Amino acid sequence: MEIKVLGTGCSSCKTLYDNVQEAVAQLGIDANVVKEEDLMKIMDYNVMSLPALVVDEKVVSKGKKLTVEQVKDLLK
Amino acid sequence: MIQTLADLLVYDVFGISPESHWGSALNFFVYDSLKITVLLFLISVIMGIINAYFPIDRLRTYLTSRKFYGLEYFLASLFGAITPFCSCSSIPLFIGFVKGGIPLGVTFAFLITSPLVNEVAVAMFVGTFGWKITAVYVVSGIVMGMLGGFILGKMKLDRLLTPWVRQIQTQSQSEASKWESEKLPFLKRLPTIVAEAWGIVRGVFLYIIIGIAIGAGIHGFVPDEFFAQWMGKDNLFAVPVSVILAVPMYANAAGIVPIIQVFVTKGISIGTALAFMMAVVGLSLPEATMLKKVMTWRLIGIFFAVVAVIIIVLGYLFNWIL
Repeated sequence: MEIKVLGTGCSSCKTLYDNVQEAVAQLGIDANVVKEEDLMKIMDYNVMSLPALVVDEKVVSKGKKLTVEQVKDLLK
Repeated sequence: MIQTLADLLVYDVFGISPESHWGSALNFFVYDSLKITVLLFLISVIMGIINAYFPIDRLRTYLTSRKFYGLEYFLASLFGAITPFCSCSSIPLFIGFVKGGIPLGVTFAFLITSPLVNEVAVAMFVGTFGWKITAVYVVSGIVMGMLGGFILGKMKLDRLLTPWVRQIQTQSQSEASKWESEKLPFLKRLPTIVAEAWGIVRGVFLYIIIGIAIGAGIHGFVPDEFFAQWMGKDNLFAVPVSVILAVPMYANAAGIVPIIQVFVTKGISIGTALAFMMAVVGLSLPEATMLKKVMTWRLIGIFFAVVAVIIIVLGYLFNWIL
Protein backbone atom coordinates (compact mmCIF):
# COMPACT_ATOMS: atom_id res chain seq x y z
CA MET A 1 0.00 0.00 0.00
CA GLU A 2 1.27 3.44 -0.88
CA ILE A 3 0.17 6.19 1.49
CA LYS A 4 0.90 9.87 0.96
CA VAL A 5 0.29 12.71 3.35
CA LEU A 6 -0.08 15.95 1.42
CA GLY A 7 0.84 19.09 3.30
CA THR A 8 3.04 22.14 3.07
CA GLY A 9 4.59 21.70 6.48
CA CYS A 10 2.07 23.25 8.84
CA SER A 11 1.46 21.74 12.24
CA SER A 12 -1.76 19.90 11.30
CA CYS A 13 0.05 18.25 8.40
CA LYS A 14 2.75 16.98 10.75
CA THR A 15 0.14 15.69 13.18
CA LEU A 16 -1.61 13.80 10.40
CA TYR A 17 1.67 12.28 9.24
CA ASP A 18 2.44 11.05 12.77
CA ASN A 19 -1.09 9.68 13.15
CA VAL A 20 -0.84 7.82 9.85
CA GLN A 21 2.42 6.21 10.89
CA GLU A 22 0.92 5.24 14.20
CA ALA A 23 -2.15 3.76 12.48
CA VAL A 24 -0.02 1.76 10.07
CA ALA A 25 2.05 0.40 12.96
CA GLN A 26 -1.05 -0.50 14.94
CA LEU A 27 -2.70 -2.26 12.02
CA GLY A 28 0.54 -4.00 11.18
CA ILE A 29 0.03 -3.52 7.46
CA ASP A 30 2.73 -3.31 4.88
CA ALA A 31 2.54 0.28 3.75
CA ASN A 32 4.92 2.89 2.52
CA VAL A 33 4.12 6.26 4.14
CA VAL A 34 5.53 9.33 2.44
CA LYS A 35 5.10 13.02 3.07
CA GLU A 36 4.48 15.10 -0.03
CA GLU A 37 5.48 18.71 0.50
CA ASP A 38 5.99 19.76 -3.09
CA LEU A 39 3.16 22.12 -3.86
CA MET A 40 3.15 21.41 -7.57
CA LYS A 41 2.75 17.71 -6.95
CA ILE A 42 0.10 18.31 -4.30
CA MET A 43 -1.95 20.31 -6.77
CA ASP A 44 -1.97 17.37 -9.16
CA TYR A 45 -4.32 15.67 -6.73
CA ASN A 46 -6.75 18.54 -7.08
CA VAL A 47 -7.15 19.13 -3.36
CA MET A 48 -7.91 22.57 -1.99
CA SER A 49 -7.74 22.01 1.72
CA LEU A 50 -4.78 20.52 3.49
CA PRO A 51 -3.69 18.22 4.99
CA ALA A 52 -4.92 15.55 2.63
CA LEU A 53 -4.45 11.81 2.67
CA VAL A 54 -3.81 9.79 -0.49
CA VAL A 55 -3.98 6.01 -0.50
CA ASP A 56 -2.81 4.26 -3.67
CA GLU A 57 -3.10 7.50 -5.65
CA LYS A 58 -6.68 8.10 -4.50
CA VAL A 59 -7.59 11.05 -2.27
CA VAL A 60 -9.42 9.65 0.74
CA SER A 61 -9.48 12.69 3.01
CA LYS A 62 -8.84 16.40 2.72
CA GLY A 63 -8.70 19.32 5.11
CA LYS A 64 -9.01 17.11 8.14
CA LYS A 65 -6.62 16.45 10.94
CA LEU A 66 -7.60 12.81 11.29
CA THR A 67 -7.05 10.91 14.52
CA VAL A 68 -5.24 7.57 14.61
CA GLU A 69 -8.60 5.78 14.85
CA GLN A 70 -10.03 7.62 11.86
CA VAL A 71 -6.97 6.80 9.77
CA LYS A 72 -7.28 3.15 10.76
CA ASP A 73 -10.89 3.13 9.56
CA LEU A 74 -9.82 4.58 6.22
CA LEU A 75 -7.03 2.09 5.74
CA LYS A 76 -9.04 -1.01 6.51
CA MET B 1 -22.95 32.32 34.99
CA ILE B 2 -19.36 32.90 33.91
CA GLN B 3 -19.14 35.76 36.40
CA THR B 4 -20.27 33.42 39.20
CA LEU B 5 -17.63 30.94 38.16
CA ALA B 6 -14.93 33.62 38.07
CA ASP B 7 -16.02 34.90 41.51
CA LEU B 8 -15.95 31.40 42.90
CA LEU B 9 -12.52 30.65 41.49
CA VAL B 10 -10.80 33.88 42.49
CA TYR B 11 -12.47 34.74 45.80
CA ASP B 12 -13.18 31.30 47.21
CA VAL B 13 -10.69 28.89 45.66
CA PHE B 14 -7.71 31.27 45.58
CA GLY B 15 -9.00 33.10 48.64
CA ILE B 16 -8.23 36.61 47.37
CA SER B 17 -10.39 39.39 48.74
CA PRO B 18 -12.74 41.08 46.21
CA GLU B 19 -11.77 44.45 47.69
CA SER B 20 -8.08 44.06 46.96
CA HIS B 21 -6.57 45.52 43.79
CA TRP B 22 -5.22 42.13 42.74
CA GLY B 23 -8.51 40.41 43.44
CA SER B 24 -10.50 42.58 41.06
CA ALA B 25 -7.80 42.44 38.39
CA LEU B 26 -7.55 38.67 38.61
CA ASN B 27 -11.31 38.31 38.63
CA PHE B 28 -11.53 40.41 35.48
CA PHE B 29 -8.79 38.36 33.86
CA VAL B 30 -10.42 35.02 34.70
CA TYR B 31 -13.84 36.28 33.61
CA ASP B 32 -12.55 37.55 30.27
CA SER B 33 -10.55 34.41 29.50
CA LEU B 34 -13.46 32.12 30.35
CA LYS B 35 -15.96 34.17 28.37
CA ILE B 36 -13.79 34.27 25.26
CA THR B 37 -12.90 30.59 25.48
CA VAL B 38 -16.56 29.58 25.71
CA LEU B 39 -17.47 31.89 22.82
CA LEU B 40 -14.63 30.62 20.68
CA PHE B 41 -15.69 27.04 21.26
CA LEU B 42 -19.33 27.76 20.36
CA ILE B 43 -18.48 29.77 17.25
CA SER B 44 -16.01 27.11 16.09
CA VAL B 45 -18.69 24.45 16.40
CA ILE B 46 -21.15 26.56 14.38
CA MET B 47 -18.52 27.23 11.70
CA GLY B 48 -17.67 23.53 11.66
CA ILE B 49 -21.30 22.61 11.05
CA ILE B 50 -21.62 25.14 8.22
CA ASN B 51 -18.43 23.83 6.65
CA ALA B 52 -19.55 20.25 6.85
CA TYR B 53 -22.43 21.16 4.58
CA PHE B 54 -20.80 23.72 2.28
CA PRO B 55 -17.35 22.41 1.53
CA ILE B 56 -15.03 24.48 -0.55
CA ASP B 57 -15.06 22.07 -3.48
CA ARG B 58 -18.76 22.65 -3.82
CA LEU B 59 -18.26 26.40 -3.98
CA ARG B 60 -15.72 26.05 -6.75
CA THR B 61 -18.01 23.91 -8.83
CA TYR B 62 -20.80 26.36 -8.17
CA LEU B 63 -18.75 29.41 -9.11
CA THR B 64 -17.52 27.92 -12.37
CA SER B 65 -20.80 26.45 -13.49
CA ARG B 66 -22.81 29.61 -14.07
CA LYS B 67 -22.68 33.32 -14.75
CA PHE B 68 -23.28 35.70 -11.87
CA TYR B 69 -22.85 39.21 -13.27
CA GLY B 70 -20.85 40.46 -10.29
CA LEU B 71 -22.47 38.43 -7.57
CA GLU B 72 -19.55 35.99 -7.69
CA TYR B 73 -17.39 38.50 -5.82
CA PHE B 74 -19.88 38.54 -3.00
CA LEU B 75 -20.13 34.74 -2.94
CA ALA B 76 -16.37 34.22 -2.96
CA SER B 77 -15.96 36.76 -0.18
CA LEU B 78 -18.77 35.24 1.87
CA PHE B 79 -17.29 31.80 1.53
CA GLY B 80 -13.91 33.22 2.50
CA ALA B 81 -15.58 34.35 5.71
CA ILE B 82 -17.15 31.04 6.63
CA THR B 83 -14.33 28.71 5.70
CA PRO B 84 -11.81 28.20 8.47
CA PHE B 85 -8.59 29.92 7.65
CA CYS B 86 -5.39 28.02 7.83
CA SER B 87 -2.38 29.66 6.27
CA CYS B 88 -1.27 26.25 4.98
CA SER B 89 -4.42 26.01 2.87
CA SER B 90 -4.42 29.45 1.30
CA ILE B 91 -2.09 28.53 -1.55
CA PRO B 92 -3.80 25.25 -2.49
CA LEU B 93 -7.10 27.14 -2.43
CA PHE B 94 -5.70 29.85 -4.65
CA ILE B 95 -4.40 27.34 -7.17
CA GLY B 96 -7.56 25.28 -6.94
CA PHE B 97 -9.58 28.34 -7.89
CA VAL B 98 -7.26 29.28 -10.73
CA LYS B 99 -7.32 25.69 -11.96
CA GLY B 100 -11.08 25.69 -11.97
CA GLY B 101 -11.07 28.70 -14.28
CA ILE B 102 -12.33 31.18 -11.68
CA PRO B 103 -11.20 34.73 -12.58
CA LEU B 104 -8.27 36.15 -10.63
CA GLY B 105 -10.35 38.96 -9.14
CA VAL B 106 -12.87 36.55 -7.66
CA THR B 107 -10.01 34.46 -6.27
CA PHE B 108 -8.58 37.58 -4.65
CA ALA B 109 -11.96 38.34 -3.08
CA PHE B 110 -11.75 34.98 -1.35
CA LEU B 111 -8.11 35.45 -0.42
CA ILE B 112 -8.72 38.84 1.20
CA THR B 113 -11.70 37.88 3.35
CA SER B 114 -10.52 34.44 4.38
CA PRO B 115 -7.88 35.42 6.97
CA LEU B 116 -9.82 38.51 8.12
CA VAL B 117 -13.07 36.88 9.09
CA ASN B 118 -12.50 33.61 10.90
CA GLU B 119 -13.85 31.92 13.99
CA VAL B 120 -11.03 33.14 16.22
CA ALA B 121 -11.35 36.79 15.20
CA VAL B 122 -15.15 36.71 15.49
CA ALA B 123 -15.11 35.11 18.95
CA MET B 124 -12.52 37.59 20.18
CA PHE B 125 -14.53 40.53 18.85
CA VAL B 126 -17.80 39.37 20.36
CA GLY B 127 -16.06 38.74 23.67
CA THR B 128 -14.27 42.06 23.89
CA PHE B 129 -16.25 44.60 21.84
CA GLY B 130 -19.75 43.14 21.71
CA TRP B 131 -22.04 42.22 18.84
CA LYS B 132 -22.33 45.61 17.17
CA ILE B 133 -18.62 46.12 16.54
CA THR B 134 -18.32 42.45 15.55
CA ALA B 135 -21.03 42.91 12.93
CA VAL B 136 -19.25 46.01 11.61
CA TYR B 137 -16.00 44.06 11.44
CA VAL B 138 -17.49 41.04 9.66
CA VAL B 139 -19.49 43.09 7.15
CA SER B 140 -16.52 45.30 6.34
CA GLY B 141 -14.32 42.24 5.97
CA ILE B 142 -16.69 40.88 3.35
CA VAL B 143 -17.12 44.24 1.62
CA MET B 144 -13.37 44.65 1.56
CA GLY B 145 -12.93 41.29 -0.14
CA MET B 146 -15.50 42.18 -2.78
CA LEU B 147 -14.08 45.62 -3.40
CA GLY B 148 -10.45 44.49 -3.41
CA GLY B 149 -11.24 41.53 -5.63
CA PHE B 150 -13.14 43.70 -8.05
CA ILE B 151 -10.39 46.33 -8.30
CA LEU B 152 -7.63 43.72 -8.64
CA GLY B 153 -9.70 41.87 -11.22
CA LYS B 154 -10.04 45.02 -13.30
CA MET B 155 -6.29 45.58 -13.24
CA LYS B 156 -5.67 42.48 -15.36
CA LEU B 157 -2.81 41.13 -13.35
CA ASP B 158 -2.78 37.56 -14.64
CA ARG B 159 0.57 38.05 -16.35
CA LEU B 160 2.16 38.70 -12.95
CA LEU B 161 1.47 35.22 -11.67
CA THR B 162 4.42 32.85 -11.50
CA PRO B 163 4.95 30.86 -14.72
CA TRP B 164 3.72 27.52 -13.42
CA VAL B 165 0.48 29.06 -12.20
CA ARG B 166 0.08 30.74 -15.59
CA GLN B 167 0.44 27.32 -17.14
CA ILE B 168 -2.22 25.85 -14.86
CA GLN B 169 -4.45 28.77 -15.73
CA THR B 170 -4.24 28.19 -19.48
CA GLN B 171 -5.04 24.54 -18.95
CA SER B 172 -7.89 25.32 -16.64
CA GLN B 173 -11.10 23.63 -17.32
CA SER B 174 -14.38 23.72 -15.54
CA GLU B 175 -13.98 20.31 -14.15
CA ALA B 176 -17.25 18.57 -13.81
CA SER B 177 -15.83 16.79 -10.82
CA LYS B 178 -18.80 15.77 -8.81
CA TRP B 179 -18.94 16.84 -5.27
CA GLU B 180 -19.13 13.59 -3.37
CA SER B 181 -21.47 14.24 -0.54
CA GLU B 182 -20.66 12.47 2.65
CA LYS B 183 -23.67 10.46 3.53
CA LEU B 184 -22.92 10.43 7.22
CA PRO B 185 -25.84 11.50 9.37
CA PHE B 186 -25.46 14.71 11.32
CA LEU B 187 -25.22 13.08 14.74
CA LYS B 188 -22.32 10.93 13.61
CA ARG B 189 -20.46 13.93 12.30
CA LEU B 190 -20.97 16.09 15.35
CA PRO B 191 -18.25 14.46 17.51
CA THR B 192 -15.64 15.23 14.83
CA ILE B 193 -16.86 18.80 14.52
CA VAL B 194 -16.78 19.29 18.28
CA ALA B 195 -13.34 17.71 18.49
CA GLU B 196 -12.06 20.05 15.79
CA ALA B 197 -13.58 23.07 17.54
CA TRP B 198 -11.87 21.99 20.74
CA GLY B 199 -8.63 21.70 18.79
CA ILE B 200 -8.99 25.33 17.65
CA VAL B 201 -9.61 26.46 21.24
CA ARG B 202 -6.60 24.54 22.49
CA GLY B 203 -4.44 25.93 19.71
CA VAL B 204 -5.07 29.58 20.52
CA PHE B 205 -5.75 29.41 24.26
CA LEU B 206 -2.23 30.47 25.15
CA TYR B 207 -2.45 33.51 22.83
CA ILE B 208 -5.73 34.56 24.39
CA ILE B 209 -4.19 34.42 27.86
CA ILE B 210 -1.06 36.30 26.78
CA GLY B 211 -3.13 38.90 24.93
CA ILE B 212 -5.41 39.53 27.89
CA ALA B 213 -2.44 39.67 30.24
CA ILE B 214 -0.59 42.21 28.08
CA GLY B 215 -3.82 44.18 27.74
CA ALA B 216 -4.21 44.21 31.51
CA GLY B 217 -0.60 45.32 31.83
CA ILE B 218 -1.03 48.22 29.42
CA HIS B 219 -4.28 49.09 31.13
CA GLY B 220 -2.54 49.49 34.45
CA PHE B 221 0.78 51.01 33.51
CA VAL B 222 0.58 53.13 30.37
CA PRO B 223 -0.89 56.60 30.93
CA ASP B 224 -4.13 57.36 29.14
CA GLU B 225 -2.86 60.48 27.40
CA PHE B 226 -0.11 58.55 25.64
CA PHE B 227 -2.32 56.81 23.09
CA ALA B 228 -4.97 59.47 22.87
CA GLN B 229 -2.32 61.97 21.88
CA TRP B 230 -0.81 59.86 19.12
CA MET B 231 -3.67 57.84 17.84
CA GLY B 232 -6.77 59.77 18.83
CA LYS B 233 -9.56 60.91 16.59
CA ASP B 234 -8.01 64.32 16.04
CA ASN B 235 -4.82 63.01 14.57
CA LEU B 236 -5.48 62.74 10.85
CA PHE B 237 -2.50 60.48 10.29
CA ALA B 238 -3.55 57.96 12.92
CA VAL B 239 -5.26 55.59 10.47
CA PRO B 240 -2.56 55.35 7.78
CA VAL B 241 0.22 55.19 10.37
CA SER B 242 -1.44 52.32 12.25
CA VAL B 243 -2.06 50.42 9.03
CA ILE B 244 1.54 50.82 7.89
CA LEU B 245 2.79 49.77 11.33
CA ALA B 246 0.49 46.76 11.28
CA VAL B 247 1.54 45.16 8.00
CA PRO B 248 4.91 43.78 9.14
CA MET B 249 3.33 42.65 12.38
CA TYR B 250 2.13 39.13 12.42
CA ALA B 251 -0.13 38.48 15.31
CA ASN B 252 -2.71 35.94 16.05
CA ALA B 253 -6.19 37.46 16.20
CA ALA B 254 -6.55 35.83 19.59
CA GLY B 255 -3.63 37.73 21.01
CA ILE B 256 -4.18 41.10 19.38
CA VAL B 257 -7.86 41.82 20.12
CA PRO B 258 -7.59 42.17 23.93
CA ILE B 259 -4.66 44.55 23.42
CA ILE B 260 -6.62 46.61 20.92
CA GLN B 261 -9.53 46.79 23.33
CA VAL B 262 -7.27 48.39 25.90
CA PHE B 263 -6.08 50.85 23.25
CA VAL B 264 -9.70 51.80 22.67
CA THR B 265 -10.42 52.37 26.35
CA LYS B 266 -7.26 54.50 26.39
CA GLY B 267 -8.67 56.84 23.80
CA ILE B 268 -7.84 55.45 20.38
CA SER B 269 -10.84 55.84 18.14
CA ILE B 270 -12.59 52.67 17.09
CA GLY B 271 -12.01 53.22 13.36
CA THR B 272 -8.27 53.44 13.87
CA ALA B 273 -8.37 50.33 16.06
CA LEU B 274 -10.38 48.37 13.49
CA ALA B 275 -8.07 49.43 10.67
CA PHE B 276 -5.06 48.36 12.72
CA MET B 277 -6.66 45.01 13.49
CA MET B 278 -7.56 44.37 9.85
CA ALA B 279 -4.06 45.18 8.68
CA VAL B 280 -2.47 42.96 11.32
CA VAL B 281 -4.65 39.97 10.53
CA GLY B 282 -5.24 40.47 6.82
CA LEU B 283 -1.81 41.47 5.62
CA SER B 284 1.34 39.94 6.95
CA LEU B 285 4.86 39.24 5.82
CA PRO B 286 4.60 35.46 6.37
CA GLU B 287 1.56 35.49 4.09
CA ALA B 288 3.53 37.44 1.49
CA THR B 289 6.33 34.89 1.50
CA MET B 290 3.77 32.13 1.13
CA LEU B 291 2.16 33.90 -1.82
CA LYS B 292 5.57 34.14 -3.45
CA LYS B 293 5.04 30.60 -4.68
CA VAL B 294 2.18 31.70 -6.89
CA MET B 295 2.79 35.41 -7.48
CA THR B 296 5.63 37.66 -8.45
CA TRP B 297 6.75 40.26 -5.89
CA ARG B 298 5.16 42.93 -8.03
CA LEU B 299 1.77 41.28 -7.84
CA ILE B 300 2.10 40.77 -4.07
CA GLY B 301 3.00 44.46 -3.78
CA ILE B 302 -0.02 45.55 -5.79
CA PHE B 303 -2.26 43.19 -3.82
CA PHE B 304 -1.04 44.49 -0.46
CA ALA B 305 -1.21 48.11 -1.58
CA VAL B 306 -4.81 47.83 -2.80
CA VAL B 307 -5.93 46.11 0.41
CA ALA B 308 -4.04 48.60 2.59
CA VAL B 309 -5.68 51.54 0.82
CA ILE B 310 -9.13 50.02 1.32
CA ILE B 311 -8.40 49.45 5.01
CA ILE B 312 -7.30 53.07 5.40
CA VAL B 313 -10.46 54.34 3.69
CA LEU B 314 -12.61 52.10 5.92
CA GLY B 315 -10.71 53.34 8.99
CA TYR B 316 -11.54 56.96 8.19
CA LEU B 317 -15.12 55.99 7.45
CA PHE B 318 -15.54 54.25 10.82
CA ASN B 319 -13.95 57.14 12.69
CA TRP B 320 -16.46 59.36 11.00
CA ILE B 321 -19.64 57.36 11.52
CA LEU B 322 -19.09 55.26 14.66
